[in-house]
Amino acid sequence: MRRLLFLIRKEFQELRRNPRMFPVIFVAPVVQLAILGYAATTDVKNVPIVVVDADRSPVSRDLIGKFEGSPYFSVVDVTSNDGDVQREIESRRAWMALTIPPGYGDAIRNRRPVTVQIVADGSDSNSAGVGLAYASSLIAEKAAEIALQRRPPGAPTIGSIEARIRVWFNPQLLSQHFMVPGVLALLLMVITTVLGAMSVVREKELGTLEQLNVTPLKRWELTVGKLLPFGVIGIIDVLLVVAVAVLWFEIPLRGSFPLLFGLSLVYLLCTLGLGLFVSTISQSQQQAMMTAVFFFMFPMIYLSGFIFPIENMPAPIRPFTYLIPLRYYLVIVRGIFLKGVGLEAFWKDALLMLGWGVGVLMLATFRSKKTLG
Amino acid sequence: MPAVTVRDLTRRFGPFLAVDHVSFDVEQGEIFGFLGSNGAGKSTTIRMLCGLLKPSSGTATVGGIDVGRDPEGVKRRIGYMSQRFSLYELLTVEENITFFGGLYGLDDRTLAERRAFALDMAGLKGRERTLTRDLAGGWRQRLALGCAILHEPRILFLDEPTGGVDPVSRRQFWLLINRLSESGVTVFVTTHYLDEAEHCHRLALMHSGRIAALGTVSELKNVFAKRAVVEVRTASPMEAVRALDDLPSVEKTSLFGTALHVWLRPGQRATEPLRERLDGLGIHAESLEFVQPSLEDVFMDVVERAGGTAA
Repeated sequence: MRRLLFLIRKEFQELRRNPRMFPVIFVAPVVQLAILGYAATTDVKNVPIVVVDADRSPVSRDLIGKFEGSPYFSVVDVTSNDGDVQREIESRRAWMALTIPPGYGDAIRNRRPVTVQIVADGSDSNSAGVGLAYASSLIAEKAAEIALQRRPPGAPTIGSIEARIRVWFNPQLLSQHFMVPGVLALLLMVITTVLGAMSVVREKELGTLEQLNVTPLKRWELTVGKLLPFGVIGIIDVLLVVAVAVLWFEIPLRGSFPLLFGLSLVYLLCTLGLGLFVSTISQSQQQAMMTAVFFFMFPMIYLSGFIFPIENMPAPIRPFTYLIPLRYYLVIVRGIFLKGVGLEAFWKDALLMLGWGVGVLMLATFRSKKTLG
Repeated sequence: MPAVTVRDLTRRFGPFLAVDHVSFDVEQGEIFGFLGSNGAGKSTTIRMLCGLLKPSSGTATVGGIDVGRDPEGVKRRIGYMSQRFSLYELLTVEENITFFGGLYGLDDRTLAERRAFALDMAGLKGRERTLTRDLAGGWRQRLALGCAILHEPRILFLDEPTGGVDPVSRRQFWLLINRLSESGVTVFVTTHYLDEAEHCHRLALMHSGRIAALGTVSELKNVFAKRAVVEVRTASPMEAVRALDDLPSVEKTSLFGTALHVWLRPGQRATEPLRERLDGLGIHAESLEFVQPSLEDVFMDVVERAGGTAA
């Protein structure tokens, strides 16, 4: 136990004197969170749209006004030339085009059905999809308005089905609310796994590991002696990132903070344990870095549901996502932040994550041999 | 009871035999040297004795404990210092001492005593707060030695402890080793510096994983007792080697620094045939005199007889 204390103290003494450590541990997370929080957004606003108004009537201008008034669109040009559409979309000046046919006003006045055309640039399928949805709802709104005006006074309303959509937990569908808790999970993984991966192998490179190996230091003491100091750094990062998320990005923290904190510690067991494991199987810091990033972090990020929803993955791939602790932590963080739910909602994820962490730490401990066979 | 007992100790790395059935004893308080070129198996042997590497076969006991069965038991009882002076560069002198003392489980009082001792021994009093990476090689080496003996081990293993250190520091280092040995500590040291080997009470010459010769320094030199060695100084040593090699009274010749060493066959004591042959071929010899064989002669001889070349 006493040996452990000396080991931990030594680790902090080294950290304090390493000039590269402070920015990596404390500045990078905040900067990354800021960048990812702002840049990693799937919100669609001010979609540039070009309008071909072949009708040039007050009725058609009324429809255009509807688009101009919407925060989701900005009308870049109103033209009567069909050929402009292709040019504008190819040059990316407009992402979408609305074509109002000649005779649109007449048709409305004479109560005849009429069709308007919407063209969207599918090369950015995500934005196109969102833009199309906004456009159809605007047009549907307009159609409803027209129908309402026509209704003779006192006439019964025509039966129609209207969907009233309510989005729970993130009513504005702000992608920041979805992304920032995910970024917390990602940042913790990158920082602590890399720190862990570098730690033991650095001593291997310097030759101090061999010196430790001729002392009576026990294997678990070495593992715990590395785990605890880096765990403290991880805890500081958790607090820092949660503070930035809540105070700066104003992400609502609806659930329990102590629960979030406690489960973050379990998550740190996983990420640090993984780092230590990588460290024991590597011969150099460079190799440890490559192994951690390419063999573990990238696949984990892709398969965790951080970017692609797990439900959308092909069935043969889905089972692999259960091997990834990031998957469980994402469910937990998003659940606590956005839904305000507790253990009753994700106790299975929490347990699996705990098991993963303990498992990988044991693996790392057994891999760190004091006597080479 | 010997401090170290080694019987048929063997270590393979795949098909490569790094240490090949080695047997020897090291007595309590002895400075025991392991001499050999790079790759001869010295470090592999010392790493097995320290419990860092499992023997492939054979046995070794250190301080009465079987290294193969209880490597951790051995580790508690020995001090180890390697060629790389494995200190933490980002820690100060004092922090390094405290850290290693703590790992060896010293209590606060003992630790304070031993810290003072190590600082004194390394000559680093007053420089406790210097970062280790700012120390010159010789200081660092003595600090590493100090850290390795904080727990007062009875057996000390030094793996090429003086590599990359200046001659003055090396001499100081050997004074410390002698003092430790006088206080009863067994010192097991590997080196490839022949002059250093002269400090050892007994020497094992290692070549290709085997012990090619073992004995005190004078015993090893006595291998040559019956054969005289003549040192020939000449401006054209290569021609002289060719000229003297096939003389009937000459066993062999070898280049030795800038001079030439000529081994005469047992019983031969005359230098005249050498002089005549050189004069006959017009090779001018500045001097031609008998010399005491050095350890290097012994080493070269051993290596040659083992059929290899020294690195």
